[in-house]
Amino acid sequence: MDTTLLLSPTEADGTLPRAALEALSAAKAAGGTVIVGLFGAKTGPAAAQLAGTGVAKVLAAEAAPLAQPRYGTDAAACAALARAAGATVIVAPALSRMARVAAGVAQRLGGRIDTHVSALSTEGGALSATRWYYKQRIEAKLQRAERPWVLLVDPGAYPAAAAAGGAAPAVEPVAVELGPELQRSQVTGVHAPTSGEQTIRPDAKLLFVAGAGWTKKQADGKPNPEKAGELILGFLRAAGASLGTSKSLTDQAGEGQKVLEFMTHLNQVGQTGSTPRHPRGLSTCCHGEEPHVVGWRFIRERRAINLDANCGWARGKADVVYVADAFAVMEKVNALLTAKKT
Amino acid sequence: MPGYQIVVLGSIVPDPLQTLEPVATPQGPGLKNEAMLPHVLDPWAGHALYEAANLAAKVPGSKVTLVALGPKQKLQQVMMAVGQKVPFELVALDGPASGFTDAHEVAAKLADAVQKLPGLDRSALLLFGGWESASRGAGVTLQMVGERLGIPDQFFGVDELSVKDGGALQILERVEGGKHQVSVCAGPPAVLGWATGNLPEPKNNPQVGMANMRGVMPALQKAPATPVGTGGVKFESVAVPKVARETRVVKDMSPDEIAKELVEWISQD
Repeated sequence: MDTTLLLSPTEADGTLPRAALEALSAAKAAGGTVIVGLFGAKTGPAAAQLAGTGVAKVLAAEAAPLAQPRYGTDAAACAALARAAGATVIVAPALSRMARVAAGVAQRLGGRIDTHVSALSTEGGALSATRWYYKQRIEAKLQRAERPWVLLVDPGAYPAAAAAGGAAPAVEPVAVELGPELQRSQVTGVHAPTSGEQTIRPDAKLLFVAGAGWTKKQADGKPNPEKAGELILGFLRAAGASLGTSKSLTDQAGEGQKVLEFMTHLNQVGQTGSTPRHPRGLSTCCHGEEPHVVGWRFIRERRAINLDANCGWARGKADVVYVADAFAVMEKVNALLTAKKT
Repeated sequence: MPGYQIVVLGSIVPDPLQTLEPVATPQGPGLKNEAMLPHVLDPWAGHALYEAANLAAKVPGSKVTLVALGPKQKLQQVMMAVGQKVPFELVALDGPASGFTDAHEVAAKLADAVQKLPGLDRSALLLFGGWESASRGAGVTLQMVGERLGIPDQFFGVDELSVKDGGALQILERVEGGKHQVSVCAGPPAVLGWATGNLPEPKNNPQVGMANMRGVMPALQKAPATPVGTGGVKFESVAVPKVARETRVVKDMSPDEIAKELVEWISQD
């Protein structure tokens, strides 16, 4: 039976990110003893959060340089924690901070890595991981002979582990050498989107996907991007939704056309974009076939508004498709949501 | 400022518009009619190449080398198109470009190829690539190559690189919530796994194409056989998931009725 290490950074306030508690559920699914390795400038609150979650112990690498998410120091801390744990399986949440270092750590440990893991299971004592290939178009279930095996679990793939009460697990400090050669890079800050309005909300219950149809000619024979922008942003504010878009729409923005100014490549979902996980998704004015539709592969409940009932985004992919003008429908939706709030 | 040695790691993937169907082969999983499928340069590796060329154009004395592992006949087809875009020197490795090969094995071959580049100067080395491929889609190969080369400054999901006074590199990486983390690195060597960046795809330039082809064809001819396998992976199943949903098509509702139904749905816990 493998010994499993859950590796996670802590937030600035020393707590665990939600994705780490989800990864803890995955680590438990891997079977065997679960040890947690924490790293950051402060780890005490995170260790306290693990009370009653069934972990055997906590290893903590705590040092001021670990406040900065950077490869040099984070990789050193992760490798030290993995060696101290002696784990054969290492599970981590696929946060940007872990994704930056996990493969390097696997290499440093002489192990192997698989990422974008959506499920872990054990049958007959053998651990299997499920992940996607070719941009979420082919799903594979695999086992590996090599150890240690590092597995990055996608956020949203598992529910967050809940504390069942009880004493906090024992915490053992782990010393890490963080020399100046590992600190050649300094994190100087975080930039918000240039539009000044946050449109990507990973924790939102709804993903709103805007397609290129929003910028095409409307019933009056003219495109109306100003109105489209107003309706989309109005909906995002009223519903607290996250915004996704198709490649064609973000490419239009990049080519300098006057389209939807708040759209960037960061909003892009699909073949060359992200595949976010939200409980619900509403696509509007989207067109395209399989390569683009992978953008909402992991959206559980899906509805679409489209003038073409046979669009690749809708038929066979959505639970409901409304054959209607999205401009007219979203105007009414926004009015209802606004009225509901007041 | 002396120029950079920008090494871009990137390979080819099936054209995203193609239907992909997995099949079992003696070497492990593969794609049905893989050799017949039209291929393109991996999209994020393409962004990395265009950003590399853009940086090289701004910093005199810089050089861009594309190191690509793939079947050389397919590489030749793709390079005929990519070679029209930006100037680069090709180092080709003749091996599989399948997404099912083991990233660890691929990283070992690529790291070896980078170390063998003539006149490699670590103090000027910027190792570029896509932050993920559109085949394996793991985002690990470039990082393992960097680790094998002993480079402690690595950045992924990069959308912007700028050179500051004194040669420091300011880098914007994608992080959660649609934001960018801003870092300043003292300078090369560094690894940058690119997301989309900010540049449009360059237009074809026949002069660039002619210059590139003088190096591309010999590079393909002398591409060493580079076998890579699936490592210690045992694939239990490889399949295209069943995605068909029973879609309710609503054609006879007014915008008011649709809006009411949508708001009720959105408001459910």
